[in-house]
Order: sequence, then C-alpha cells, then structure tokens
Amino acid sequence: MDDIDRAIINALQDGFPVCERPYAAAAEKIGIDEAELLRRLAALREQNTISRFGPLFHAERLGGALTLAAMRIPQQEMERIVALVNAHPEVAHNYERAHVFNMWFVLATETEAELLAVIQTIEAETGYPVYNMPKLEEYYLNLRFAV
Amino acid sequence: MSAATLLALPDAVDRALIVATQAGLPLVPRPYHELAEKLGIGADEVMQRLTRMQERGVIRRIGLVPNHYALGYTYNGMTVWNVPDERIHLLGPRLGALPFVSHCYRRPRYLPDWPYNLFAMVHGRSRAETDAQVEEIARLLGDDDRGHAVLYSTRILKKTGLRLAGRGD
Repeated sequence: MDDIDRAIINALQDGFPVCERPYAAAAEKIGIDEAELLRRLAALREQNTISRFGPLFHAERLGGALTLAAMRIPQQEMERIVALVNAHPEVAHNYERAHVFNMWFVLATETEAELLAVIQTIEAETGYPVYNMPKLEEYYLNLRFAV
Repeated sequence: MSAATLLALPDAVDRALIVATQAGLPLVPRPYHELAEKLGIGADEVMQRLTRMQERGVIRRIGLVPNHYALGYTYNGMTVWNVPDERIHLLGPRLGALPFVSHCYRRPRYLPDWPYNLFAMVHGRSRAETDAQVEEIARLLGDDDRGHAVLYSTRILKKTGLRLAGRGD
C-alpha cells in the first residue's frame, strides 16, 4: 500500500458520488485518473484491504428487527449452549467475550414479536436467561479509519 | 413502528438494488448503468433510487469500508459504561466523536448484574493502545463514569451476516 492507495482509502470512506462516471469524478479529487482508480480499487479488494465498497445499509431501516443479546454461561457448559444458540438461523453473529457475560449475539428477524419469541425459545432450550440489549439510542456509527 | 417508518421501507425494486449491490459496487466506469442493465431498469432510476435511499437513511452512505484487521487494527474492545441516565444524551456524542470509537449506543441496564447503559467499540493496533483509549474515555467522563468494563472478544462463535437477501415482501 503506497500513498496513493492511502489517499484512495481515506477519500472514499467519506462517500462516493452518484453520477454517470463516479470513478472519474472521485479520481479527479484524488488527483489520479479513472483507470488508475479502478485498477487500484480492484487490487485493494483482491488483497482484502477493503472489506466493503458500495452502499452501506442501515439494517433497521430495511424493515427487519435487530437486537444484541447477552448470556452468562458457565465455562463447562459453553460448547453445549453455543450449539443450541447457533442452531437458530436468526442468530447472525455470536462472539465469546472475556467477562461473566461471556456470550454476545446479534438476532435479526422480520418483526419485534419474532425477536421476543426466539429469545424465549433460547431461554427454554438452554435454561439460562437471555439479556435483551436492543439499541435504545445511536450516538455514533462509523467504520472510518484514517490510514 | 410509526407510519412514517413504514412509508420509508424499501419497495421491491429497492430490494433488488440492495441485493445487486450486496457484494459491492461494480468496478467499471459506469457502475450504475451496469446495475440498471442487470435489473432491467434505467440508469437514471438506479441513481434516483440510490439517492432517495440515502436521503431516507436506508443507505447510510455509499463508500468504502477498510478491513481494519488488514490495516493492523486487530484489538477490538467493547467498552461499557455506567453513566447517569439524565446525562447520557450529552456523553454519548462526546464518546462517539473520539477518533477510535466506531460505534456508540445506549442499551438497557439489568440491575444489579448489568449496570452499564453506554456501549462504545474501540479499535487499536495493540492491547496497550486500546488500554490507553479506555483511559482516555474514563478521563473524558470524569465523575460521570460510575463504573466500566472492557469486553475483549476471545472467539467468533458464528458469523453469517444479516440475511438481507432472504427478506421477501
């Protein structure tokens, strides 16, 4: 990654135009031409330096319901509970974290009612409480990293 | 859900556009024209719909997300803070304004087991760097920090992403 790659990553994190030749418009601001921007973006994507390039969606506004849920699982029970929780297709991500609250997963469903139903099912199946921690307020979301 | 929110939901063509761009924007000189051809609609309509979805906040922005692991930001901590409810609306945006905080949300407490109401994800290139970031947040909060914890992830148990494409009408 050289200075031009860094300039591309920094510039395009702020946004990308909607117009007939958006790469040409973005390239001009960076001080390179359209072909070079396209070539470098393809290489950055190939090297896995970019995890996404395109529209970034607001998950809740796509019409579904979403929440973060946490559980406190004794270490010797962990693998059994992981299997039970992960078996639900509504569980999108699940992370183990170093804390008494050691299991954290994101639930995604079509409706709020379904969210609560999945939580109740997981509680019944596992015998452990699920702490439902929906986002009550969003103060900031940004995946921008200066490079 | 409010009537305004229902009205703002994407329609079938918006959804097709969302699915078509899930893997990213085509790397060709006229990417919106290529999408238009794929969907069988005009390029103007693609651009209009993308613009409208941005205005409605369905699309947060069109842009690039670097792979922070590839850039060396391999230490990610979920920091959680117990702050006074009556001051959280002031404190949340202050935490969010810190350059190393990527997400900052208010979430419910579960007393007495879970007293934390403010969540902020921090990212660093070393454990020392994230520890210093936590210190900086604690200093910024001062007396409003009634207790905090940092939850480092130790294992990914599942990662399938959100099933946006599977959602029908």
